[in-house]
Amino acid sequence: MINTLEFLKVLISAPGLSGFEGPVSQIISEAWEPITDELQTSRVGSLQGLQRGIGPEPRPKILLATHMDAIGLMVAGYAGDCLRITSIGGVDHRVLPGQLVTVHGREEFPGLVAQPPANLLPVENGKKPVVIGHLLVDVGLTAEELREKVRVGDLISFAQEPLEMGKNTLAGHSLDNRASVVALTLALEDLRERSHAWDVWAVATVQEEETMAGAMTSAFGLRPDLTVAIDVTFAEGPGAPSHLAYPLGKGITLGWGSTVHPALYAKFKEIAQELEIPFALEPLPGRSGTDADALQISAMGVPTMVLSIPLRYMHTPVEMVGIKDIKRIGRLLAEFIAHLPLDFMETLTWDE
Amino acid sequence: MLEIGQKQLELLERLTNASAVSGDEGAVRKIVLEEVTPHSDQVQVDAMGNVLVTCRGDANADGERLKVMLAAHMDEVGFMVTSDEKKGLYRFSCVGGIDPRQLVGKSLWVGSDRVPGVIGAKPIHLTKREERENAISLDSLRIDIGPESDSKIKVGDTATFATKFARLGKSIRAKALDDRFGVATLIELVKHAPQNIDLLAAFTVQEEVGLRGAGVAAYTFNPDLGFALDCTHARDFLPWDEEDENASYNTRLGAGPAIYVADARTLSDPRLITHLVSTAQDLEIPYQLRQPGGGGTDAGAIHRQRAGVPSVTVSVPARYLHTAASLARLADWEAALALMHAALSRLTPDILESERSYCG
Repeated sequence: MINTLEFLKVLISAPGLSGFEGPVSQIISEAWEPITDELQTSRVGSLQGLQRGIGPEPRPKILLATHMDAIGLMVAGYAGDCLRITSIGGVDHRVLPGQLVTVHGREEFPGLVAQPPANLLPVENGKKPVVIGHLLVDVGLTAEELREKVRVGDLISFAQEPLEMGKNTLAGHSLDNRASVVALTLALEDLRERSHAWDVWAVATVQEEETMAGAMTSAFGLRPDLTVAIDVTFAEGPGAPSHLAYPLGKGITLGWGSTVHPALYAKFKEIAQELEIPFALEPLPGRSGTDADALQISAMGVPTMVLSIPLRYMHTPVEMVGIKDIKRIGRLLAEFIAHLPLDFMETLTWDE
Repeated sequence: MLEIGQKQLELLERLTNASAVSGDEGAVRKIVLEEVTPHSDQVQVDAMGNVLVTCRGDANADGERLKVMLAAHMDEVGFMVTSDEKKGLYRFSCVGGIDPRQLVGKSLWVGSDRVPGVIGAKPIHLTKREERENAISLDSLRIDIGPESDSKIKVGDTATFATKFARLGKSIRAKALDDRFGVATLIELVKHAPQNIDLLAAFTVQEEVGLRGAGVAAYTFNPDLGFALDCTHARDFLPWDEEDENASYNTRLGAGPAIYVADARTLSDPRLITHLVSTAQDLEIPYQLRQPGGGGTDAGAIHRQRAGVPSVTVSVPARYLHTAASLARLADWEAALALMHAALSRLTPDILESERSYCG
C-alpha cells in the first residue's frame, strides 16, 4: 500500500513539465508495475497500465485519465550571467519574481527568478508587474559557465518544497495534477484486491497543460467504452469566491455539463451517495478544461465523466490540496468500477 | 588573512535560516551570544536588544588604543500578522521595505514555532488580461496556514520568507543575506580581534525600520571610529533592450567588498575611505566603491551620535535583497572579511590626525 501523503510528496518533487514527463513517468511506472497486468508507454509518452477484468472477451474497457505533466518555465536565451525565460503551461507572471527554481541544464542548477531593477526595465513599467519576457533566472554562474552548462530550451521546474499544513493538507507546486495521479493509484490498489468485470486502463497522460495530446491519443489508441478524467478544480480561498469554488478538503466535485454524459454522472452520484462521500455538482457550462475535453471527442466519441479535487492557488508554486479528497476520489473510482456490470453500456442511453 | 571555510559557511547557514524580523531578533541574538561570548572581555544585551561586545586590545602595548565600533544588524525585513480571519487565514503587513510584487506564491515561517504558511494567488484561470497587467495588492493577499492546521499563530506574530540556505557553486542563495553577512563577518572579527584596538562590536536591532539600534549602541560605546558592516544591492544586469549601458548598477557581484563614499544617510569619513582603499591595494584584496546614491546603513546613526563619530560602511554585494532569496558570491564575502581584518589591524590613532581628504 502506498502512503498517500508520502507518495504525493515524491511525485511533486519529480520533474515532469509538459512534453518532458519522463522523470515523473518513471516513478509512477514503478508504483503501477505491481498493481497492473500490463504497462506501456504510448507513442507520445503517456503511461498506460492495464488491469484485466474477469468478464468474457471481448470485455468492455474504461479509461481513467490523470495528467502527469506540470507547468513551469523554459530557457529562452541568455542575458549576461542570467537566463531569459518563457513559460510552459499557464503561468501568471505575477507569481514568478523571487521563486526558487531548478534549471535542468547539463547538471541540475538551483536558482531563482529575478525581477530586474526598475532602471533596467522599460520606463513605463513602473510599479506594474514585470512581464515574463523581462524576467530572468539566476543560477549564480558566471556568463561563461552559463553558456557552457545551460542551453536554450532547457527546462526550469519550480523548487518550492512540499509543505505539510497540518496532517490533512499539503502545499507545493505541481499538485495539479499529481494529486489525481495519487488518487488513481489508490483506485488501482483497491481494485487489485477485488474482482471487476471490465478492463481498466489507467493512463497518466502527457501535455494536458499545453495541447491535451496525451489524452487525445490514448483514447484513440485504447478505444475505451467509457472514460473518466480526474483533475483538480478551484478550492475556496483568497481570490476564489464560493460561487466559483468548493471548500478545501471537504469533498470532491462531480462534473456536469456538455462534456459529461448525464447517465454516467447519475451513476457516479448514486455511488458517491451510497459511500457517503461528500461531493458537489460542478457546473461545466463550456469546456471542462481537463483531459475530458479531448477524451470525449476521440474516434467515434466516448461517454465521459469528470471528477475533481478542490485545490487552492492553482498554477502557483504553493497550490494546496486536502489529502482526504484524494482518498475520496480513489474510493469512488474503485467502487464505481467494481460495480460496473458487463451490460452497462446498454443502460447508458439518451432516453429520459 | 582570515578565510571562509566550512565552519564559517555553516554559521552563515544557521544565521540566514534563523528568523529575526525587526523588533523580534531573539533567534539571531541567541546564535550571536553563543558564538561571541567565549571570545570577548565583556558582553551585554542592552535595553533595545542590541548585543554589545567588547574585545580589549593588548594592555601592554605602548600608547593609546583606538576604540573602534563595528556594527552589523541582526534584523531582517519580513511580515507581521495583523488580523485573524479564521480557518487558517490571516491578514499581514510588511516590516521594512518589501516590494509587494515579491510576495505572491511564497512560503513563510510564521511565529516563533515557524509554522509553515503560504501566500497564494488567484488562479490564473480566474483572472482577466487587464487584471494581470496590475500588481496584486497587499490588501488582497493572506497568509494561509491551511484550514485544518493545529498550529497556533496569533496577531502580532512575525513571519519571514521560508527560504533555506543553499550553495550554488561559487555562489550562495539565502534569505536575509542583508545583513547576516555582516553578522557573520563581525562574529569572525570578534573571534580574531586585532590587538591594536579596542574592538567594540554591536550586533544591532531594528536597522530595517530606521537604524534604531545602532544609534543607541554608539551612545553606549562612545567610540573613536565607526564601521558598519552590511550587505548592498548588486544591480549589475543588462538593460532590458541590451542597448544602453547599465549606468546605475550600485555594485557588481564578484568585484569585491563595496566601500561606501556616500549614501542617503551618511557621507563617509574620507580618512576611513582612504584607509580601506589603501589597505585593499597594499594587500591586493579586491574591492569596489559603491556607486554614491540612496540607501542607508547603521553608519547613518553612528556618525551623528554624541559629538560625532567618523564612520564608513563596507558591504558585501548581493542581488535581490529584501526578497525571498538573495544571491551572492562567496569570494566577495571572503574579501570583505579579509579587508576588514587587515584594515582594523593597521589602524593607529594617527588616522585621526591625517588629512581629511580622499585621494584613493
